Amino acid sequence: MTSTAAPDESRAEGRCAGSPAVIWLVRHGKWLIILPPLLYLFVFFLIPFAFALKISFADMALRVPPFTDILTAGPDSHIRLTLNLDNYKYLFHDEIYGLSYLYSLRTAFFSTVICLLLGYPMAYAIARTSKSTQSLLLLVIILPFWTSFLLRVYALEGIIRDNGLLNSALLWLGIVHQPLRIMGTTLAVYLGIIYSYLPFMVLPLFATLEKLDHNLLEAAADLGSPPWRAFVDITLPLSVPGVIAGSMLVFIPAIGEFVIPTLLGGQNNLMIGRVLWDEFFGNRDWPVAAAVSIAFLIFLVGPIALYQHYSGKQLES
Amino acid sequence: MENRVSPLLITILCLGIAALYLPIAVMIGYSFNASALVSVWGGFSTSWYARLLHNDQILDAARLSLQIGVIVSTGSVVLGTLAAIALVRFQRFGGRLLLIGMVNAPLVMPEIITGITQLLLFISMLHLFGWPHRGALTIIIAHIAFCTSYVTITVQSRLQSADRSLEEAAMDLGAGPVGAFIDTTLPLIAPALASSWLLSLTLSLDDLVISSLVSGPGASTLPMVIFSKVKLGVSPDINALATLIICLVGACVIFAGTLMRRAERQRLQDTQLAER
Repeated sequence: MTSTAAPDESRAEGRCAGSPAVIWLVRHGKWLIILPPLLYLFVFFLIPFAFALKISFADMALRVPPFTDILTAGPDSHIRLTLNLDNYKYLFHDEIYGLSYLYSLRTAFFSTVICLLLGYPMAYAIARTSKSTQSLLLLVIILPFWTSFLLRVYALEGIIRDNGLLNSALLWLGIVHQPLRIMGTTLAVYLGIIYSYLPFMVLPLFATLEKLDHNLLEAAADLGSPPWRAFVDITLPLSVPGVIAGSMLVFIPAIGEFVIPTLLGGQNNLMIGRVLWDEFFGNRDWPVAAAVSIAFLIFLVGPIALYQHYSGKQLES
Repeated sequence: MENRVSPLLITILCLGIAALYLPIAVMIGYSFNASALVSVWGGFSTSWYARLLHNDQILDAARLSLQIGVIVSTGSVVLGTLAAIALVRFQRFGGRLLLIGMVNAPLVMPEIITGITQLLLFISMLHLFGWPHRGALTIIIAHIAFCTSYVTITVQSRLQSADRSLEEAAMDLGAGPVGAFIDTTLPLIAPALASSWLLSLTLSLDDLVISSLVSGPGASTLPMVIFSKVKLGVSPDINALATLIICLVGACVIFAGTLMRRAERQRLQDTQLAER
């Protein structure tokens, strides 16, 4: 029984007193609300990680499902736990995983920085327009987000492929004599991430810049501060929350990205999402794929979640 | 100095927006190209659209995606709303921290990790209990799990700002706690429910990675079909399909936006009248 819910419940009990079933329902009714989502997410979101952990300690086997059991009944009918650490050792020995971890980090980081450099002036410009123009511009920025992500990546391919619009234009202008090879390169992955996630950067930046108190800037101008100085001293520090929120919204999905490296980056792209997919479907080595997932969780998702948790606490206090 | 924006900023903004829309515009252009070669303009034609109407694979996939999407968005609005009520109204219960963690985790979890771990669960479940077989059902289960997070967060913020005094008044007048909630608070959070239903539908219709991982043979959603076609190279009928989808979604978003803006204006007028 909780302190906040108690008055409501006693009131309700007073009215419906009589039937024990009703009393039971009122007293325990909150579990009818709490349990469905709690159980659902527990079974279908959290338990899967336990299975992944279990399978990451198993061996590959030629059967269905294609891995060995880590719990087996021994001859003396004791249950035996066999933990196979080879999958994790393999991750450290085969350098493709280390390389792809660093490559994914670097790609996500630089894409985020470029999104920030492009998105900041855009958000700033929108925040400076009139209210009605603002809502129109925001709609224009959000609209691509609602249309299919996959189709937008495909549309970008139409621009940057060898006989796409960009190369046709460059050839026609005589700037290049041979089509530029963009598809299948790291540049294509950068372009894909920036193109797809730029709106995620602009929106939170706009939200903080819009709330900015213009009186501060006017005061700075009155006191003789040049506009760039006022920007560096006032606007930039006050927009830090938007910068962090926008960067997170770009960095987090970019690091595990699968569609962009597969469609634009080519067969040998090192983004971790694509490498993991290959391990799973190409090599059908599920124990190693499970081990990569667990390592991914520990080295990438864990730090991000911790960071968000503590920065959230800091904001509250 | 409020409305003075430097020309440089305006230029960057316009270029940015142009860059966002140029690929889509080019794709729409290609969809009317009579020639199957992208580098050649073979004249205006709607033949790719006509061909689309006879492509059973794409039509079936679109139907399946819509069915899954409607079930997923309805299911996750129910679960997400319950979770939001639990988190806002019950400050202390066993498992509260667990629920908070599980609601927020899908937002930072790469789809491919969620998908692989869920697939491993489904495989193990099938092995142990003989259920569920991979297909539309497993896609629905997996989608509801991540859409619930988005619904919870949307509804939670609306619920926190909703005024509880009406609900308390209803209870004082003799309504039960559930009846009071349905009569007073539910209409207040209805816009959040509607928008999170639409958001879930969009997320479900658009998901490729989790669907491909947890689906089995025989159940191909629209993104899965598009992806397998696109991976093989240029296919002009995908241009036509993409144009249709983008125009449809664009029209819906603009329509919903206009409706919401009108409702907001009406609400402002009403409050002004009430204050007079």
